[in-house]
Amino acid sequence: MAEANYPDDLLYHPEHDWARVEGGEATFGITWYAQDALGELVFFDAPQVGAHVTKDEPYTEVESVKAVSDVFAPLSGEIVAVNDALSEKPETINEDPYGEGWLVRVRLSDPAETESLMDAQTYEAGLE
Amino acid sequence: MIGAADDELTIYERSRPGRRAFVAPALDVPEAPLDELLPTSLRRAEPPRLPEVSEPEIVRHYNRLSKRNFDLDTGFYPLGSCTMKHNPKLHERVAALSGHAHLHPLQDPRRAQGALELMWRLQQALAEIAGLPHVSLQPSAGSHGELAGVLLTRAFHEDHGEVRTKVLTPDTAHGTNPATVTMAGYEVVKVGTDADGNVDLDDLRAKADAEVACLMLTNPSTLGLFEPGIEQIAEIVHGVGATLYYDGANLNAIMGVCRPGDMGFDIVHFNLHKTFTQPHGGGGPGSGPIAVAERIAPYLPRPQVVGRDGAANGGSEAGYDLDYDRPKSIGRLRGMHGNYGVFVRAYAYIRSLGAAGLREVSEVAVLNANYLLARLRHEGVLEYLPSAYPRLCMHEFVLSGAPMKRELQIRTLDLAKRLLDHGVHPPTVYFPLIVEEALLIEPTETETRETLDRFAAAVAEILREARDDPSVARSAPYRTPVRRLDEAAASRRPVIRQPR
Repeated sequence: MAEANYPDDLLYHPEHDWARVEGGEATFGITWYAQDALGELVFFDAPQVGAHVTKDEPYTEVESVKAVSDVFAPLSGEIVAVNDALSEKPETINEDPYGEGWLVRVRLSDPAETESLMDAQTYEAGLE
Repeated sequence: MIGAADDELTIYERSRPGRRAFVAPALDVPEAPLDELLPTSLRRAEPPRLPEVSEPEIVRHYNRLSKRNFDLDTGFYPLGSCTMKHNPKLHERVAALSGHAHLHPLQDPRRAQGALELMWRLQQALAEIAGLPHVSLQPSAGSHGELAGVLLTRAFHEDHGEVRTKVLTPDTAHGTNPATVTMAGYEVVKVGTDADGNVDLDDLRAKADAEVACLMLTNPSTLGLFEPGIEQIAEIVHGVGATLYYDGANLNAIMGVCRPGDMGFDIVHFNLHKTFTQPHGGGGPGSGPIAVAERIAPYLPRPQVVGRDGAANGGSEAGYDLDYDRPKSIGRLRGMHGNYGVFVRAYAYIRSLGAAGLREVSEVAVLNANYLLARLRHEGVLEYLPSAYPRLCMHEFVLSGAPMKRELQIRTLDLAKRLLDHGVHPPTVYFPLIVEEALLIEPTETETRETLDRFAAAVAEILREARDDPSVARSAPYRTPVRRLDEAAASRRPVIRQPR
């Protein structure tokens, strides 16, 4: 497993989720810290395309060898794509949490919400 | 020994066509045609695939498996929240008495007075321990008791013309609490924990409203801490008309010292298999009786074991009966009358110890936990595994392995696996979820001071070893029948059928 890292081009939510905002859409995933704390992931409960997610509310679950955990939406909107490959290989979230391990893509309903998210430095400082 | 490969064979792999352990004697009565005994539609087309083995093979196979198991009769088993206390062997003798072991569950109650009396007396004893007047012995596991409690809550509210949708659980709760809530059709709302490890009263006040049916709580909590605000909690919960439910997982800390009923709880479940000694953890039968307040009693499962005096018994002798006449009951929760053998053992335990003895059980359980915590501190363990909430603990305590992970490069899981090489069953790990790298340790009252000292020394030794070479713990265990198992692969790609 790679060393801890928190890319500068992402926005971070205190529940250890990240968002990569591109235009009116964003990709969501869980942070290196989250996957490390959860341990090896064994199940990703893929949400439905078209479902609405609300900022700060759980939108799906991941299961590791330790526990089942809610995954929180860093921003609000409608799911336009789900990473189906994770159903077969949930360990991808451990191996590449910011790349192949992305969870969903969302069309944002309120792009202004990004203002309340943290940059990498602030998030990392909060982990200490 | 023929070799490791032979050791790994399953009972099906040992099977050879036609081999038998027992051969029935020749038939010496007239044979009845099968069609007359059982309609064709109910009969299977092919015989079941059963292993065909000789008797010595069967004996050796299961004897070998039993020796590879780690159980309470093998060594220390400080599995937090599970109360793995010694099971007195006397209980096995009592439960095996023919009148207990061979009684048919459909026996006419008039011919099963002894068994009914035992159940009735057990109900009375549990009611006294809970501080609540009515008991049902039907639920057959802790989680089953929880489900009963939430169904009783639903029946109570519906009977008062109310529909409520939410149940509160603390974020430290056992996983069975939210699972039970969901199964009973309610929405789970989590209540936070404050900086001292108690229920966050402000968060509780904010979330307690007229939609809330119940708060499920255990006291002491899963952090091994007594809730000092329990009376306020009861006031808040009752203030919105909800019920207060007591998860009995941690009852071993308070028996005879204080009572859930006096704290304001309306419904309590017991884990007879934990607090009242039963062999458990290996799939053996559990038992999760519930005790309830007067206002919940009309909804209890039926039948209810009742004691009747001579007059109520139609003028004949006093006796015991099964009462089905309970119109508001939530109904049956299982077939027959519960796990009766467990009742016998629990009743034997309660009568052996008496009220003073049960109180001493809890006092020593709490003393042992605090002694072990102090001993671990003395050994320098708490520098790497600090107490998650540095307070006086009850019967168990939670350590956080976060500094150990950071400074010694081993995780709580590695420590747990390495403990197996020291002949100790690991404590509960990674629970409660709110403590990073959690280790939940419950020594119970039945362990000696020497055992606790040896455990503390073993943990200290593992930390010293990790300072020199963390890879030792990371690859542990070494002395067990199998080495470290790939838990992730087992979850992702489980092989749940013996391949043909």
